[in-house]
Amino acid sequence: MTRGKAGFWWYLLPGAVAFTAIVAVPFGANLYLSLTKWSGIGDPRWIGLDNYTRLLRDDVFWTSFRNTAAMVIAMVVIPTLIGLVLSATLFDVIGRRFGQKTASFLRATFYLPQVLPVVVAGILWGWLLRPDGAVNAVGRAIGLGEHDWLGDPKTALPMVMLVLIWVQIGYPVVIFMAALQRVDPDLYEAAEIDGAGWFRRFQAITLPQIRPETFVVALTCTIAALKVFGPIWALTRGGPNNATTVPSYFAYNAFFNKLQVGYGAAVATALTLVIVVVSIGFLKVQGRVEES
Amino acid sequence: MTTLTLTRSRVSRKDPDRYKQGTARWVVLALVVLTAALVLVPFLIMVMNAFKSPADYSGNGPLAWPESFQLDGLKNYWQQVHFEGKLLNSIIISGSVAMLGVVLSLLNAYALGVGRVRGRIWITGLFLLANMISQEALVYPLYSMAKSFGLYNSRLSVIIIFTVIQSAFGTYLLASVLGTFPKALLEAAALDGAGRWTTLWRVVVPTVRPTLSVLLIFFFIWTWNEFFIPLVMLIDNSTQTVPLALASLQGDRLMDATTTNAGALISLLPTVVFFLIFQRTLTRGVTVGAVK
Repeated sequence: MTRGKAGFWWYLLPGAVAFTAIVAVPFGANLYLSLTKWSGIGDPRWIGLDNYTRLLRDDVFWTSFRNTAAMVIAMVVIPTLIGLVLSATLFDVIGRRFGQKTASFLRATFYLPQVLPVVVAGILWGWLLRPDGAVNAVGRAIGLGEHDWLGDPKTALPMVMLVLIWVQIGYPVVIFMAALQRVDPDLYEAAEIDGAGWFRRFQAITLPQIRPETFVVALTCTIAALKVFGPIWALTRGGPNNATTVPSYFAYNAFFNKLQVGYGAAVATALTLVIVVVSIGFLKVQGRVEES
Repeated sequence: MTTLTLTRSRVSRKDPDRYKQGTARWVVLALVVLTAALVLVPFLIMVMNAFKSPADYSGNGPLAWPESFQLDGLKNYWQQVHFEGKLLNSIIISGSVAMLGVVLSLLNAYALGVGRVRGRIWITGLFLLANMISQEALVYPLYSMAKSFGLYNSRLSVIIIFTVIQSAFGTYLLASVLGTFPKALLEAAALDGAGRWTTLWRVVVPTVRPTLSVLLIFFFIWTWNEFFIPLVMLIDNSTQTVPLALASLQGDRLMDATTTNAGALISLLPTVVFFLIFQRTLTRGVTVGAVK
């Protein structure tokens, strides 16, 4: 231990080699490809920034990022808000008045959709929402008629969002409930004795106490929302008419269906840039909030 | 754990006279249970239809209770995709990634957290950055590399890629855990004449074993549920994983409703069983991840 720190470099060697081969080199190669025109066969042809200028004029590219905003609403905003209310209710009301077992059981139920492979969830919902699926059977039974939920450009995106909310909801619930274990019960006691109602306690104690976790949940879910691929692939393949396409699906489609490798590489680079900028922005805001 | 017991005893002592809203709490319970039921409904519909015969399904629709419990759909799906092979592929890939990923994270984190090598903040930052890169920005070069090395459509390609990707997160997490490793233990080991290698395996690993097992479980389940890179890399029956099998069958539009539901059921069973076995470790682990 006392022989200095130089010997520790050896422990980084396998990691350095692995990261160079699997992350750094491919990322550099992707950057290079984004400056070329290539179908995947033969040699890439250098075209400079053409792919990027083409991106800025491509309506589908802008649609994909607009849809990303919808993914953020479905995977971050709504689950975090519902998760806050649910976890506070499970902890403060259910857990204390109906027992920890009831609260844990309900928590596990909300977490269940998080456990399955997301593409399996997508396929299950794809069937539920099919014209001859279960949702329309319910619609017929209560006299609402039927609808091609995923085939109609107007309803496809809201349905995708609904599925993602269903998938995401358990994650904030579990994290927030764990965070609440940390809160001093005396705070709630004192507030209750002072006559503070449930909402007042939620606002004055719960929210400030679990702020660090709220940041972590918001950041990790935002990154997940920017990267979302599996559910789109399983539910709509970006359709109908690109109504539900997202950047990752757009890139995949360019790479492997349209064989526009350079263009796909440009989309993927743009996506990574957005993720890095958003993450750094998040960490900056978090730092400032924690200071004040 | 201590805070938990504390809360419970405190509440039960004061419980009888403290809560005036006797009916309000039942309303809250009913609302939360209703939300939980909504989360469960898709699962129930799936299970119901997984056990129907195709004739029963086409006669009575998706919402009717099965006339008799048929295993045909499940058998059909199992035989059609050779499910035992998919299960084996998923176990080999996820198991290898989990073990290799933890070892790689540990070596990196040992140098960064305990060794405190120069520039460790920058190196940790690079690992964090590697977490943010979207897989789309790596996939095409990785695909070309796999083809030129003869690793395309092999389990090994996916094992190597995910070992590195998962250990980016693992390194980040473990480095901060090992950053607070007790100095006294390291000095004691040094006094006993233990070198770095011995110290790592005899002192550090036994102390952080709980965190390592959480990482192991996470890496396993994350890799099991991965979709995008396996979709690109694994193209035939002999290499595909459990989620891919369902997806590619759906892609071929070969499945009727009962087989779809049976397939979804079989595909999610392993993860649900895994979740039930490791539920406690997982929910604890989600917290470990959240507190940074």
